[in-house]
Amino acid sequence: MIPELGHLLLYFALGAALLQAVLPLIGAHRERRDWMLLARPLSWAQGALVLAAFVALSASFVRNDFSVLYVASNSNSGLPLFYRLAAVWGGHEGSLLLWVLMLSVWTVAVARFSHKLPLTFAARILGVMGLVSVGFLLFMLLTSNPFDRLLPAAADGRDLNPLLQDPGMVIHPPMLYMGYVGFSVAFAFAIAALLGGNLDAAWARWTRPWTTAAWVFLTFGIGLGSWWAYNELGWGGWWFWDPVENASFMPWLAGTALIHSLAVSEKRGGFKVWTVWLAIMAFSLSLLGTFLVRSGVLSSVHAFATDPKRGLFILAFLVITIGGSLLLFAWRAPKVGLGQRFGLLSRESLLLVNNMMLAVATGAVLLGTLYPLFLDALGMGKISVGPPYFDTVFGLLMAPLVLVMGIGPLTRWKHDEGGPLARRLALPLVAAVIAALIVGFAAGRISLVTTGGLTMAFWIVFSLLVDLKPRLLPAGGSAGQILHRARLIPVAMWGMMLAHFGVAAFSFGVAMVKTYETEKDVKMGPGDSTEVAGYVFKMNGFQEVQGPNYVAMQGQLEVSRDGQTIAVLRPQKRIYRVQQNPMTEAGVHSNAWRDLYVSMGEQLPGGDWVVRLQYKPFITWIWGGCLLMMAGGVLAIADRRYRVRSGATVSRAAGVEAAA
Amino acid sequence: MKPRHKKAAVIVGVLCAVGVATALVLNAFNSNLVFFYTPSQIALKEAPTGRTFRVGGMVESGTVKREGVTVRFNVTDTAKTVSVRYEGVLPDLFKEGKGVVAQGQLGPDGVFVAREVLAKHDENYMPPEAADAVQKAEKVRQQMATGAAAAKGPAK
Repeated sequence: MIPELGHLLLYFALGAALLQAVLPLIGAHRERRDWMLLARPLSWAQGALVLAAFVALSASFVRNDFSVLYVASNSNSGLPLFYRLAAVWGGHEGSLLLWVLMLSVWTVAVARFSHKLPLTFAARILGVMGLVSVGFLLFMLLTSNPFDRLLPAAADGRDLNPLLQDPGMVIHPPMLYMGYVGFSVAFAFAIAALLGGNLDAAWARWTRPWTTAAWVFLTFGIGLGSWWAYNELGWGGWWFWDPVENASFMPWLAGTALIHSLAVSEKRGGFKVWTVWLAIMAFSLSLLGTFLVRSGVLSSVHAFATDPKRGLFILAFLVITIGGSLLLFAWRAPKVGLGQRFGLLSRESLLLVNNMMLAVATGAVLLGTLYPLFLDALGMGKISVGPPYFDTVFGLLMAPLVLVMGIGPLTRWKHDEGGPLARRLALPLVAAVIAALIVGFAAGRISLVTTGGLTMAFWIVFSLLVDLKPRLLPAGGSAGQILHRARLIPVAMWGMMLAHFGVAAFSFGVAMVKTYETEKDVKMGPGDSTEVAGYVFKMNGFQEVQGPNYVAMQGQLEVSRDGQTIAVLRPQKRIYRVQQNPMTEAGVHSNAWRDLYVSMGEQLPGGDWVVRLQYKPFITWIWGGCLLMMAGGVLAIADRRYRVRSGATVSRAAGVEAAA
Repeated sequence: MKPRHKKAAVIVGVLCAVGVATALVLNAFNSNLVFFYTPSQIALKEAPTGRTFRVGGMVESGTVKREGVTVRFNVTDTAKTVSVRYEGVLPDLFKEGKGVVAQGQLGPDGVFVAREVLAKHDENYMPPEAADAVQKAEKVRQQMATGAAAAKGPAK
């Protein structure tokens, strides 16, 4: 009964979403207050219905109901409860349901926190979000119903893909989706602004925290995915430029550009058309990401679905959404108007460079991801675009981006003088180059690429310090008042600095790993030992280990340096009982300076194993940098001005709208 | 310089920078395209030597031989085979009789030296390149069969 109930709930949710989409939008058009007022209760109703459907599917997993096709394909009675719950989004149908659930969470959040917005505006936003929800619910009900029955029921399930049986993978999709779907809020704001023909600084201020929140989730999702791939795939790589990764990276790049252009729209009323364009693009790229991952056009772990009907539906949905919003954009954007003029050297112009670079980077990733697909679709042969392309392009584009990242925060809005600015920034630039050379020298090898990457990292840190110093310790100020002065700096500014520090930590980690990592594939038997990067790895032996739903061959390696034992690593090669697939579980010893990473390859005829030993300097800084960026985003959202000042501006904006 | 000229100079500079960046991007793109060849194409000498490309098909049963960390195996599209040499750890789902894609260069001795071996993370799932190679070989065989059995009508 539960699956049928869940299925029925999805139909009710579709009905609620339709009403939520149609009534407020028509109400806003015809100025029917009673219709617009329905937007919020309908959002709540839709959210509750989707949540109930999600609970119904989870219940089928908990009860091991293998008469449900989706449960039988993605779970097993031997699977621990924790992973049975995670298996709800382990396949195509369930992850769609999760997507819709996330969309309802954002919709309900908007309904809850939009009381300061003019009613027409809030109604339009919720209406647009309802439309998106209708699209996804239809997709699910027409092509990918998670509640489909399997008759007769299977005796047991086919189990969750062993790769997905990892705590990182349990929260990776929800976080990623929160980010993807979160951009629907910015998208809905943009569409509502285009419909209303009203886009002022207050609009930008309302949009900013929502966009930043979505960006924080997306950053977390991508970072987690990278960390998971590193720990779970057994290769020791942290980013593969796999189309699926690119699919999540493109909305991130567009979202990062959007965050920066929104700053100009809020503070200076500029870049308005561009901001709206970016909001549409960020969400469109999220949809494209869904298309790429869910339609099965890509060959990768993530391509669960290989059903062309689904692909066609998403393609049609994509064309309608993106095409429709771009038409609306072309029609209404001229009404939005241009912002104020700004000088050749001003914070605006530097943010423009930032946006250009991020846009070109997005385009470059798009080219590398879609071009092979186009050729393949046109029957012109199969090609692939290798990581060197992406690495080269990013190296080239990030250099100017990071350069302006250092200058921008110190530059005034509207117009600034080059001379004083250059004098302030000369020292950090020279210091950054010297620091990079020192690190390279200490690490034993200086190369152009590394020095470039390290200079970027140090440049960000030093220029931020130059920015911070007069704020905390002005000429003639006493050191005792530093804390007091720190509190005078707006929280959002601390957020910006923290996020930029995150970029520095990230660049540092990438530069160090790329240049100084070492890797060795060796044949090892009990008693053998090998040296990698000054560490001696001694194989003590192998033993068989029983897990809850797998058997593993486990190696035991003792790692020592200068005769002192540092760690004992236990990498495993697991065979999961149900799917009988081998899985590599790496043995990792991690600290702030380096990771030692050991994975078991395959067993050789004599009983020895091929073992991969890796030394990864500063790799944790890559994810640490992501965490700092996220923390910066959280601080930026926490800024008081989003809650206090908005009251006044809303009434002003509402007055303007009423007068118009 | 007058301000107007200064502005023009900056605009020209920016356009040049964008142009150079685009050229570099496209150049990087062009030199990093990896083409795909089937074992049959390699047998016909259509694949380049000295340039990285991908070959896909099935791992021929009984051909996997290990000497320490070096592995040798044959990739077949059911019509032709190519020998592959690889040093290092093979992916978990590398198995005899299963689909595989190798990326590397063709040596003068006709042995494909792989720098990367890809097998996909699902036992039922065939890498598209590998499936493509097998399909093509199948098609060629069908055409030959049709030619030979023209009198009997087209083969199914």
